[in-house]
Amino acid sequence: MQLIFPIAIPLATAILGLFAWRWRTVQRGLGVAGAVALLIAALELLKSVWQQGPQATWIGNWPAPFGITLIADLLSAIMVVLAAVIGLAVALYALAHIDPAREAFGYYPLLHILLMGVCGAFLTGDLFNLYVWFEVMLMASFVLLALGGERAQLEGAIKYVTLNLMASAFFLTAVGLLYGVVGTLNMADVALKIRPLASSGITRSIAFLLLTAFGIKAAIFPLFFWLPASYHTPPVAVSAVFAGLLTKVGVYALLRVFTLIFPDDGRTIPTVILALSAFTMLTGVLGAVAQGEFRRILSFHIISQIGYMILGLGLFTTAGLAGSIFYIIHHIIVKTNLFLVSGLAHAVHGSFDLSRLGGLYRTHPGLAVLFLIPALSLAGLPPLSGFFAKLLLVRAGLHAEQWGIVAVALGVSLLTLLSMMKIWAEVFWKPKEDDPPAEDSLALPVFPVAECTGMMSRLGFWSSAGLAILTVMIGLGADLVLAFAEAAAEQLRNPDLYISTMQRGRP
Amino acid sequence: MRRGRIEHSSDVHERGAPVPSSEWERASMILGVAVRALLPLLLLFSIFLLLRGHHAPGGGFVGGLVAAAAVALYALAYGATAAQQLLRLSPRGLIAAGLMTALASGLVGPLMGAPFLTGRWVKVGHLELGTPLLFDVGVYLVVIGVTLWIILTLAEE
Repeated sequence: MQLIFPIAIPLATAILGLFAWRWRTVQRGLGVAGAVALLIAALELLKSVWQQGPQATWIGNWPAPFGITLIADLLSAIMVVLAAVIGLAVALYALAHIDPAREAFGYYPLLHILLMGVCGAFLTGDLFNLYVWFEVMLMASFVLLALGGERAQLEGAIKYVTLNLMASAFFLTAVGLLYGVVGTLNMADVALKIRPLASSGITRSIAFLLLTAFGIKAAIFPLFFWLPASYHTPPVAVSAVFAGLLTKVGVYALLRVFTLIFPDDGRTIPTVILALSAFTMLTGVLGAVAQGEFRRILSFHIISQIGYMILGLGLFTTAGLAGSIFYIIHHIIVKTNLFLVSGLAHAVHGSFDLSRLGGLYRTHPGLAVLFLIPALSLAGLPPLSGFFAKLLLVRAGLHAEQWGIVAVALGVSLLTLLSMMKIWAEVFWKPKEDDPPAEDSLALPVFPVAECTGMMSRLGFWSSAGLAILTVMIGLGADLVLAFAEAAAEQLRNPDLYISTMQRGRP
Repeated sequence: MRRGRIEHSSDVHERGAPVPSSEWERASMILGVAVRALLPLLLLFSIFLLLRGHHAPGGGFVGGLVAAAAVALYALAYGATAAQQLLRLSPRGLIAAGLMTALASGLVGPLMGAPFLTGRWVKVGHLELGTPLLFDVGVYLVVIGVTLWIILTLAEE
């Protein structure tokens, strides 16, 4: 019952936005109000899942293996809360920083459709339905990416949509094969029926097809190239929500499918995932070193961070999965915040190019602090959230005696710090060179900034500050967050509870 | 340019479809006359398809397509602006109304203590009206809205 709200609220918000198409002020209000309502619904859901265990609802009252089931265990509920937090932060940021043209073309309704797709993907208990939510997300994100129609944007959007459609094709093929083998697509039902076939060739093929499909969505090595090609093209109010949420849906799907449906397969799949995780961490961070554009550096770091997130899945221990989940919680907030900060820096100097920025520490010390908190957290300095996330993963790696991956994780951490310090030195520390601003705006495509004054224009700053406070709070209250992550990992490792929750709806 | 002419000529004739200018008329008189006869028939047929869809082939999607085709035909004969006037509601409004209808039909279940999208029926005489029909009406409106949004946008360019 509660489960439908994280999907119905964004949909209702988007519909009201369609009615209020011509009244931009109403749309802005709706955008924020919808996000607040979504956050409340998500927190309520998390509360009841925490207190009463996994929740499920059978859409249309159709019993479990036949209809579509929405099901929320702790992992799903946590992810929905994170999506709502990011939705609210970005909606507030957009009030101050999205340009009127994009607002008039339905930025807020699209944002909420995207949130609906993300929440739907987290909550569904049916593989085909998961595919549908992926498509909802893909369509909304494609329009958001291309909205404005600038040349660079269209180029990025084409790469993005082509590769993501390929992922969808892989996904659909795997779903078709799976249906042919077990005759059901309800995840719990598949998990039960595929157990006797776990070591057959067809099962393994399906597992690797799904790994490829979700791997493209999650941007893991070697399928990540669409991400740095597209994420820096749209305005920050769009790319921040992409950076925070979209790849994480792929990671969530990997976590779900490879713990529930293909849990243990003679350790082939975990070993492959572990190797992929090492390469993903390395290529991402090395790619970032070569970049000189704020958002491109951040985009490459998303890839390297995805490596950490699947590290725990590769270890396939409860501690490892808990580390992964903690890492996702930490990463979604930090990464969105870094993109917001890049947007705030752009609002000051009109550029994302490191060589053109500078001197922000002197002129905007508040912004400098806002950058330092997520940046140091990303690199893993205590007492911020990233430190605990990495500590958990490293400890889990040591317990599993995977020395190689631990070494990679620690080395990549240092390189991340290097990259963040590069941004710090270029954007905040070095004195700003005085180039004539007119030339600047000619050389680069500058997004028109929303015309707003006073309190409104500070909203971007405050939404970023809110996320920074969350980062610090996750660091300080790490044991509470860890309790959630461990309980969620426990549920992933023992899927019986998930399966029995689903089967309560049996005829 | 064409739009202006049609609006002007529609002032001359009282009620009924706006009659296009002389050169336009010459090009498509058969179409113009045929459309005026076909439009109500097609709209009726689309509603028939929508209602039939509950138990037999048909439904909101095909019904919506037929209705949209009827309006598109009208736009071919009399221009996009005239079609827009015939609709009264903008295609965007149709989409929003349709989505709202579908969402509302889904929320009837939760209001009566059942899961989302659970079918609920009321008996009106011999008729049984239910939320699936309401959902289909939503689909019908969304399909008309989307199709006409595309066609009218293309026609205006």
